[in-house]
Amino acid sequence: MEAVPARAHVYVAGVALAALYCLHLLPSVRAPWWAVALLAVLYAGGERLTGSFYPVLLAGAFLLPPPAAALVAVPGALLAPVARRPRLLRRIWRASQLAVAAWAASRVHWALGGRDAVVDSDFPYALVPAGAAVVVFCLLLTALDGGILALAEGVPARAAWQGLFVRSLAPIAVHGLAGLMMAVLWRSPYGPVAALLVLLPMCVSWWAFAQYHRERAAHQATIRALVQAVDIKDEYTRGHSERVGQASMMIARELGMDEGRIEVLRFAGILHDVGKLGVPTRLLRKDGPLTPEERRIIELHPEYGHEMVRGISFLGEARAAVLHHHERLDGSGYPYGLVGAQIPESARVVAVADAFDAMTSTRSYSRARPVGTALEELERCAGTQFDPRMVTALVRALGRHGWHPAVTADETTRVPGPRRPVGNRSGVRP
Amino acid sequence: MTPGRSPVVPTTVRGTDSRAGRPPVLLTLVHGSAVLVAAVSLAVTCWTGLAERGAALAFGLLIVVGELTRWTGAQVREAAPLGAAGALSYALLGADAGRATQHGVAQVVTVVVAAGLLGSVPHIWRGDGRTPDHLARRVLSTGFAAVCFQPLYNQGVFTAWGGPAYALLLLALLALTALCDAVLAAALRHSRTRWPFGPLLRDELRALLGIGSAVCATGAVMALAVAVVGLWALPVFCVPLLLTQLSFRRYAAVRTTYRQTIASLARATEIAGYTPAGHARRVAALSRAVGRDLGLSGRDLTVLEYAALMHDIGQLSLVDPVPAGATATLPAEEQRRIALLGGAVVRQTGVDGAVAVVVERQADPYRQQPVAARIVRTVNAYEEKARDAGPGGPLTALEELRLATAGEHAPEVVEALARVLARDCLTLPRAG
Repeated sequence: MEAVPARAHVYVAGVALAALYCLHLLPSVRAPWWAVALLAVLYAGGERLTGSFYPVLLAGAFLLPPPAAALVAVPGALLAPVARRPRLLRRIWRASQLAVAAWAASRVHWALGGRDAVVDSDFPYALVPAGAAVVVFCLLLTALDGGILALAEGVPARAAWQGLFVRSLAPIAVHGLAGLMMAVLWRSPYGPVAALLVLLPMCVSWWAFAQYHRERAAHQATIRALVQAVDIKDEYTRGHSERVGQASMMIARELGMDEGRIEVLRFAGILHDVGKLGVPTRLLRKDGPLTPEERRIIELHPEYGHEMVRGISFLGEARAAVLHHHERLDGSGYPYGLVGAQIPESARVVAVADAFDAMTSTRSYSRARPVGTALEELERCAGTQFDPRMVTALVRALGRHGWHPAVTADETTRVPGPRRPVGNRSGVRP
Repeated sequence: MTPGRSPVVPTTVRGTDSRAGRPPVLLTLVHGSAVLVAAVSLAVTCWTGLAERGAALAFGLLIVVGELTRWTGAQVREAAPLGAAGALSYALLGADAGRATQHGVAQVVTVVVAAGLLGSVPHIWRGDGRTPDHLARRVLSTGFAAVCFQPLYNQGVFTAWGGPAYALLLLALLALTALCDAVLAAALRHSRTRWPFGPLLRDELRALLGIGSAVCATGAVMALAVAVVGLWALPVFCVPLLLTQLSFRRYAAVRTTYRQTIASLARATEIAGYTPAGHARRVAALSRAVGRDLGLSGRDLTVLEYAALMHDIGQLSLVDPVPAGATATLPAEEQRRIALLGGAVVRQTGVDGAVAVVVERQADPYRQQPVAARIVRTVNAYEEKARDAGPGGPLTALEELRLATAGEHAPEVVEALARVLARDCLTLPRAG
């Protein structure tokens, strides 16, 4: 269990007090209590099934007075399953955060005359208060999330808030539209039955989203299995593939490529030696010098690899990297002896990453060299063997971040992404 | 998921009727009645003129947009959910911002046909052969919903009904329409592919629970919302359905990728020289066809296909390759050992555990095997026997399998294989 700093406790307590303030007028509010109860039950059910069931919360904010709207969030958030400890603190945090955000959204909606617009179905004016309420809801959620990230997880304040609002606004806006639809139909002659129908497409899309994640995880496991099959054959290079993937990713990032290309280059690095599956194990494990005949057989591995991965369309330019990662800038490489710019950019990245890791790890024929020596060697060969741009990028990236390779190939690859806030389910999902 | 269009497994094993030179009767019937309905509606609408032009235009626009964003990529049951929801909600539209509408069945069908044709122009231009089926289904199912609803509504039958009851009525009508549409879709695919009707219908009904329910709910919600707030409801309320469509696309995209990766993993044994090139893909394609013939559907078919792709993967753990990868002629003990090794590899890959079970048990006597394992075993044996035997190979191989059914190959699987091959003129499905 990770220790939660005292300042985070104080912060959560502060937000909880604010939530209590939002709720304290409840006894004096006139609200349709059965509607509050129904919405709260819906929210609790949705939260258990899918996480972040905001359409119901926002419908509550559009339909009910502010304290009642805040109340809708509380039971669901308190009862929701929490994966990580400390559970009670996380539940309190989540409930208070949502109560405050729902209260504020409802308040803004009310002040702009949204309630009358919903009751009279006054379109398009009803979109204005609803839009304002959604913006306030999103702003508060992300501001509070950023605060807890900074205080409890020690993320630097700038990084904690950066982009959080922009990323969350689009999904929450869609949730807001669904919430508005629910609210309008709820107050129409067709009543709550029609309002519930609105949730069905949302549930289906959550289901598809969950399936997507499951399938993606399975896919990554399959890629790892491919890599492990190579590692079993060639035990000296254990972990080599993952490390080359990591180094390729660092170079690509340093060159300012977009996220999609960076990911593709990571796969290029991971899979670059997959063709070794086609080379007899005896040759891969041979200790002494290779005969020219044996060397020729080993040099077939880029073509074998390309033959294997050419059917995987998402790999894109990574397939060219697998085929050409042993080409040299002066044309003395294999399989095709391409020169200079004829070699695909992705292959030039992987070639540098491959050579770097080969030098800094222990092989049957040589001991591991220090990072500095390896970089000097790379710079010496830049221009003849390697693309100087890629070498420079690797040197700069290592100077900035250092070299911390994953220890084994079994370890799941670390994909950089925003860390989850304390309320472990507060990430917005579409 | 539409199996004939899978990107990895070659589509040669598909009993299309193009060989026969004439389309099947059912297909002609469906297309003919759709054209007839459309023509009659058009004539009636021309005679009577359009009622409520604004609503007709708005719904027409929505359907055009829905058709334009139709997904021609692959593997989704409802390719244009927005178009479908728009058409259904227009068929069930009773009021517009509180005022009762006057449009009838003919107008609904006319608008849907016109918008559908307009939105399909790019797809027809690209030569997408599924567009006629798609439009025929759309016309008939929308027509069905409109016939059930509009005449009764225009006679004022529902005026006495309360709001919630009316909402439930719309939902019930939509469910009925969706069922009819599923039957129609299964019938169309049945007549195109001659796969058994039952499993196809099961596939369609299962898809109803997914995107189908979202389409129905959105159709009902849009009809009700237009009744309450007017045409403003359309742009606002189609957004959640677009989100659903997006989620499904991403899901389908990752499935495609996954399937391709599995196929690459399967190719590892070929690269390593354990099995002849293309063997895994041919076994997978033929197994899938046999599985269909035996009435498998949905997830079972996927498990079968993945297991067939990876059935030889255990050979990667062997020191020396089996000559020409012909496992079917090895002693039973050896076959079983390779199968177990294969199961262990498959378990590492993170695929469904059922796939590993099929791979593990492919060498067991057929009475103890799950049906997928029987299929993989028989198809693999057939492929290996027929491969090198020249022009008469397939027939000889089939004969040998029939004789071997005593203990090794299940008779019903061999017969299904024979039927699939007969449909395909006894040619081996060669992967391109």
